[in-house]
Amino acid sequence: MSRVLPHPGLTLLLAAVWCALVGSLSANSVLFGVMLGVVIPAVVRPFWPETLVVRSFPRAAGYALLVLWDIAVSNVVVARIVLFLPRSALRPAWVTVPLDLTNAEAITVLAGTITMTPGTVTADVSADGRALLIHCLHAPDPDSVRDDIKSRYEARLKEFME
Amino acid sequence: MTHLDSLHPAIALIAAVLLIIGATLTVIGNLGLVRLRSFYERLHAPTLGTSWGTASTIIASALIFSSLGSRLVVHELAIGVFVMVTMPIALLLLGRAAYRRDPGKAPPSGRPAKPMREDEQPVP
Repeated sequence: MSRVLPHPGLTLLLAAVWCALVGSLSANSVLFGVMLGVVIPAVVRPFWPETLVVRSFPRAAGYALLVLWDIAVSNVVVARIVLFLPRSALRPAWVTVPLDLTNAEAITVLAGTITMTPGTVTADVSADGRALLIHCLHAPDPDSVRDDIKSRYEARLKEFME
Repeated sequence: MTHLDSLHPAIALIAAVLLIIGATLTVIGNLGLVRLRSFYERLHAPTLGTSWGTASTIIASALIFSSLGSRLVVHELAIGVFVMVTMPIALLLLGRAAYRRDPGKAPPSGRPAKPMREDEQPVP
C-alpha cells in the first residue's frame, strides 16, 4: 500500500481537484484524476519522505476559519496603511520567531499562514529549522507580533499536527 | 449577457458587493506596490489581492453561476485554494532571495547562523 501510494490522502485530493477543475464526474475524468493521483505522489516521493499527519480534522477546520478571519482583518489594516499612513510613520521590522514545532509540514503551514496574512511575510527559515525570519510591514512593537504568532497560530498547530 | 437577467436581485446585489470589495482590495494592493518604498515593504502589497481580493471575487463568481444553475461551485474553490497555496511560496522565495543578496540591509538579529542549501529539512 505505502509503496504504491505513499500519500493516500494526496491521491484522493488530486483526483477530487481534477474532477473539480474539469467540472464533471464522468468515468473519464474520474479515471484520469485517479491516474494523476497515483503518478504525482510517486514522482514527488523523493522530495517528501514523511507523511502528513492531521490528528484532528475539526481543529484543522477551526484553524482554517481563524486564519481566514485574521486575513480579512489584516486586509483592512494593510489597506489603511497603504492609503493613509504617511511613509515617515511606517515602522517596518524584522522579527525572528523561535519555533517549538519540529514537524516539517507543520512549519510549512505556519510559514504559509504568516505570509497569507497581509502585513507579515515569512522571508526565511533558519538552517536548523528552529526559527522563522519574518518581515512586518508596520510593527511598532515587534515583540508583540512574535508573541501573537506563537500563541495564536503555533500553539494551535501544535495541537493538531504534532 | 441575457442569462444574467434571470439572476435573483438579492444574489446580484451580494455578488456586486463582493466584486467591489475584491476589486478595491486588489487596487489598493497594487497602489501599495507604487507607494511603498523598499522591496521588503512592497512584498506585503500583493497579499491584499491574493487573499481576500481573490477570495471575494471567487465567492461572487460561485454565487452567480451556482444560482444560475449552469455549473457546480467547486471549480472556483479549486482556483482559490491554488492561489492561496502558491502565493506564500512565491513570496517566501522572493523575500529570501532579496535579503540574501543584500547583506547591507540584512536584519540585525534575524540572520540565520549559516546560509543553507542542502539542509533545509529540519534536523530531527
